[in-house]
Amino acid sequence: MIPGTFDYHAPSTVDEAIRLLSKLGDEAKVLAGGHSLLPMMKMRFANPKYLIDLNRIDKLRGIREQGGMIHIGAMTTENDLIASKLLQEKCPLLPEAAKLIADPQVRNCGTIGGDIAHGDPGNDHPAVMLASDAVFVLQGPGGERQVPADGFFHGLYYTELASDELLTEIRIPVISKGTGYAYCKLKRKTGDFATAAAAVQLQLDGNTCKKINIALTNAAPTALRAKEAEALLTGKVIDEALIDQAAQKAMAICDPAEDQRGDREYKTHMAGEMTRRAIRQALARARGK
Amino acid sequence: MANKPISFTLNGEQVETLVETRELLIHVLREQLRQTGSHIGCETSHCGACTVDLNGKSVKSCTVLAVQADGGKVLTVEGLAQNGTLHPLQEGFMQEHGLQCGFCTPGMLMRSYRFLQENPKPTDDEVRMGMSGNLCRCTGYMNIVKAVQSAAKKIQTTGGK
Repeated sequence: MIPGTFDYHAPSTVDEAIRLLSKLGDEAKVLAGGHSLLPMMKMRFANPKYLIDLNRIDKLRGIREQGGMIHIGAMTTENDLIASKLLQEKCPLLPEAAKLIADPQVRNCGTIGGDIAHGDPGNDHPAVMLASDAVFVLQGPGGERQVPADGFFHGLYYTELASDELLTEIRIPVISKGTGYAYCKLKRKTGDFATAAAAVQLQLDGNTCKKINIALTNAAPTALRAKEAEALLTGKVIDEALIDQAAQKAMAICDPAEDQRGDREYKTHMAGEMTRRAIRQALARARGK
Repeated sequence: MANKPISFTLNGEQVETLVETRELLIHVLREQLRQTGSHIGCETSHCGACTVDLNGKSVKSCTVLAVQADGGKVLTVEGLAQNGTLHPLQEGFMQEHGLQCGFCTPGMLMRSYRFLQENPKPTDDEVRMGMSGNLCRCTGYMNIVKAVQSAAKKIQTTGGK
């Protein structure tokens, strides 16, 4: 399988990439790690006239801390996320989820920015971003704007990103004391997309849940934030009965597509089970267990 | 569509060739440069038969454009043996029966080559995780794990790569 023909551009700066995007418009596609776009091009689901490869823009890679936030270049690879001591200590949900994405070779190429900007509900980072209150930096010809993850994902392969904009950086607040987290993903085999997955990050004040974010992967046309489930648990001492009620609320917003991973009922049920497991594990971690 | 000249290091030697921008690295390696050790399996980046080393990292060469290798360093299974001596991994796969039909073996060798540099003393579980991007339909993997462990020990004792 070989992709259709295209003109190839490999800019070395963000400005050059944005100039190309503005000039070439809707017929251009941005190439990040290539493990979603190239297979789609090989199968002719995508047939861009122009390809803008970001792999030669060194400035788009790297992880650093600034003012209580972790800044991650959009072209940072999954394996770089996993290896980052800074993330393990200050945004541990992210490397935990990255380990469950694809396989070692794919993680050498696949990038956090590509995973987010593709708008695929089967990708794992969108839910992780919703659970960790991430903010995205989008750069276009008119300058840059910052958009919260909550509100970025509009539909299947459809995000807030305009056709002349580039996702350049992901910013995630450093976790505070008493934070617990978990990413629970059900998959048929290594490398598979989630049948269902849940990302949870919560903060305890004593035994009381001060704040909790719950987000679901592959349970609807976009990653979902389970806000009613969050509201149910906020301000409470979480017990098994509450966890089950929260899972029911999470299941109520699921709208998965039937495919080889299962029918709608099964996937919704598994989204509930992943929610239960992720809340339990996040709680245990917040309590230092 | 104009062809684009690219050059890269292949198994220690500088190569130059003309490629279409849409050509994948695996196709250029096999069809233009006649290095047919790397195999085309699934073509959808699942099976790992096309695994090569690009700039010190394992990649699936069916999902990398050849133009992306321009200026880079590529190592394929043809570059593993040195001066007629098999690499410890090649010895290991042979001695431990780490292959049956052999189709996945070039990818297995190239992934385990890089994996043992990332993790020189792995546990069996770590071998399985590290090799999880490579599928074998014959062996059941037991002997592949043994082969990688046998090479790891040999490399440790001889200080080779």
